[in-house]
Amino acid sequence: MSKRFFEAASGTLIAAAAAIVLLSPAPAAAQTSSTGLLTKEGAKPYTPPRTPDGKPDLQGIYSNASVVPLERPKDLGSKEFFTKAEADAYEKAQMSRHEVVAPGTYGDVHYNMQQFGLEKGQTKVAETIRTSIIVGPEGRVPPPLPAAQARQAARQAAAKGHEFDGPENRGLSERCILWPNEGPPMLPEGYNSNLQIVQGEGYVAIMQETIHDVRMIPTDGRPHLPADVHQLLGDSRGHWEGNTLVVDTTNYTDRTAFRGSSENLHVVERFTRTDPDTVKYEFTVSDPSTWEKSWSGEYLMTKIDGPIFEYACHEGNYGMHNNLSGARAEEAKKAQK
Amino acid sequence: MVGWSGRAGAKPMASIALTRLTFNPSNCNISVAGGSVFARWENTFRMQTRCGSTKLILAALFAVATAAAQTAYKPVRTADGKPDLNGIWQALNTADWDIQAHAAAAGPAPMLAADFAIPPGTGIVEGNEIPYLPAMADKRKQNLQNRFTADPELKCYLPGVPRATYMPYPFQIVQSSKTILISYEYAGAVRTIDMGKPTPAPVDSWMGWSNGHWEGDTLVVDVTGLNDKTWFDRAGNFHSGDLHVVERYTPRSADTLMYEATIEDPKVFSKPWKISMPLYRHVEKNAQLLEFKCVEFAEELIYGNLRKQPRTK
Repeated sequence: MSKRFFEAASGTLIAAAAAIVLLSPAPAAAQTSSTGLLTKEGAKPYTPPRTPDGKPDLQGIYSNASVVPLERPKDLGSKEFFTKAEADAYEKAQMSRHEVVAPGTYGDVHYNMQQFGLEKGQTKVAETIRTSIIVGPEGRVPPPLPAAQARQAARQAAAKGHEFDGPENRGLSERCILWPNEGPPMLPEGYNSNLQIVQGEGYVAIMQETIHDVRMIPTDGRPHLPADVHQLLGDSRGHWEGNTLVVDTTNYTDRTAFRGSSENLHVVERFTRTDPDTVKYEFTVSDPSTWEKSWSGEYLMTKIDGPIFEYACHEGNYGMHNNLSGARAEEAKKAQK
Repeated sequence: MVGWSGRAGAKPMASIALTRLTFNPSNCNISVAGGSVFARWENTFRMQTRCGSTKLILAALFAVATAAAQTAYKPVRTADGKPDLNGIWQALNTADWDIQAHAAAAGPAPMLAADFAIPPGTGIVEGNEIPYLPAMADKRKQNLQNRFTADPELKCYLPGVPRATYMPYPFQIVQSSKTILISYEYAGAVRTIDMGKPTPAPVDSWMGWSNGHWEGDTLVVDVTGLNDKTWFDRAGNFHSGDLHVVERYTPRSADTLMYEATIEDPKVFSKPWKISMPLYRHVEKNAQLLEFKCVEFAEELIYGNLRKQPRTK
């Protein structure tokens, strides 16, 4: 890596440390509900600015890093919301966690994330009083239908013993083909959990930093692609409902396998600007081949200065080379014994 | 007696609506009144009159009129008053195979025959010469000889700028006031052009760091921070990490843009050089960029030798 990268990274580290912003706590009269997040001013409605062609302006560079996980920790049971004090304490604990880098640990072998400004505590996160991104009393992905369980079991059985045979045996993310945060639904990623929204005539473009894929969403009411055309990120169509962009995505592949989903995955997202620095993101996931009922989640995306960096995953994929050649070396060693 | 001589088949760049052209032979004055004109017609208007043989370059005449009149094509504008570049575009040439003029040739796989032969092309390099420094000639020759193994496009690597523009796949421009995003179908390549105050590239990248501004109806994009890992084409034309590209996108009709790029790289070339080509709008209903994630098609090439069992096919 060039010297400039280190300078940029350390600059980011310092800037990020200074820029960890907690949204100010809401007043006591603030509204909460099972489908709402605590907003800054409570129930005050917000009218977003408009683009020159009259659409609600969602544009900007955002972090969707989250202090709460997708699924509620089991020990929290059915507790859907923290109190404000609990949420602050939880966030503080999460943001001050450091990777263990003792010799031989993942942090030691991979690299020290803090050194490159990649730890969560070095990013900007949006506040939440939720205990998980998934909403509702369970707060967890529903159990898969028996047919889906069988499908997943068969897949695992076929893979067993062949984990390092070749690149196709590795996961889509390790192959730099698709990352799990991309969805849709878009979820927080381990680091550089950033995205950029740009709006032009008749389109909303959403670029996720990892791994630089652009979701190009037409808002002109055209139909989806034919049903037999499958894409890893599916096929998205958007329309405006008041100040909210509603995006409907179908045409997934069966390899996308979002939490074990099939190609019948169907996701609906809603994007609403709630203040100059925040966009509320809601999603509903359904797949009649995988879950009995749909499930939903929501979080806030918070504006950051950026820039979005180029995540040239495949171009720098030494990991794949090292994993496969390491597996071959292990086999050769075993064969010699 | 007035004669009219012109280059046979001279083609106007745009339509001309000349209201009135009057010639006064007593004082050899020519006046043009009104209408929209264009300045590139290369006919000469030769007069043999009492004024003597006077060879008038009509272009100069039209240039005078043009100064007071409009330009050839007035582009549709976005709601914030800028030329509207939104849309799905594609180059219609074989520059990705070879940016210089080239005849057809056999491809690398004889059993794939005509499907995968190298198609001919008239090239996109102005003057058809790429001014390599003498010391760089060997590397160019080496690249050309190794083109079917060493071209980064084979591995589905990001194509860089300007190659991304003339890959044989569509790309889409999404234009807002502050940012212009260009999404390329190939390999999910993407660039964002910052339309605000120019900033230096914080780090090198495959697709570079783009600062844009408007000059009249032309989008000018200054690209720096490009790494040295891309090629200009499949014929091994290459550059160093000092590459500096200035692109110009100019609407030339409702459904075409004129694309020009100046290439500067003092480590490899003795002087800057230019490429230019039209870009054509995809006008079919519901035109859409589809996913072209070519990484998995390149895995055998990149990792095939690391498989547990080689592929039988």
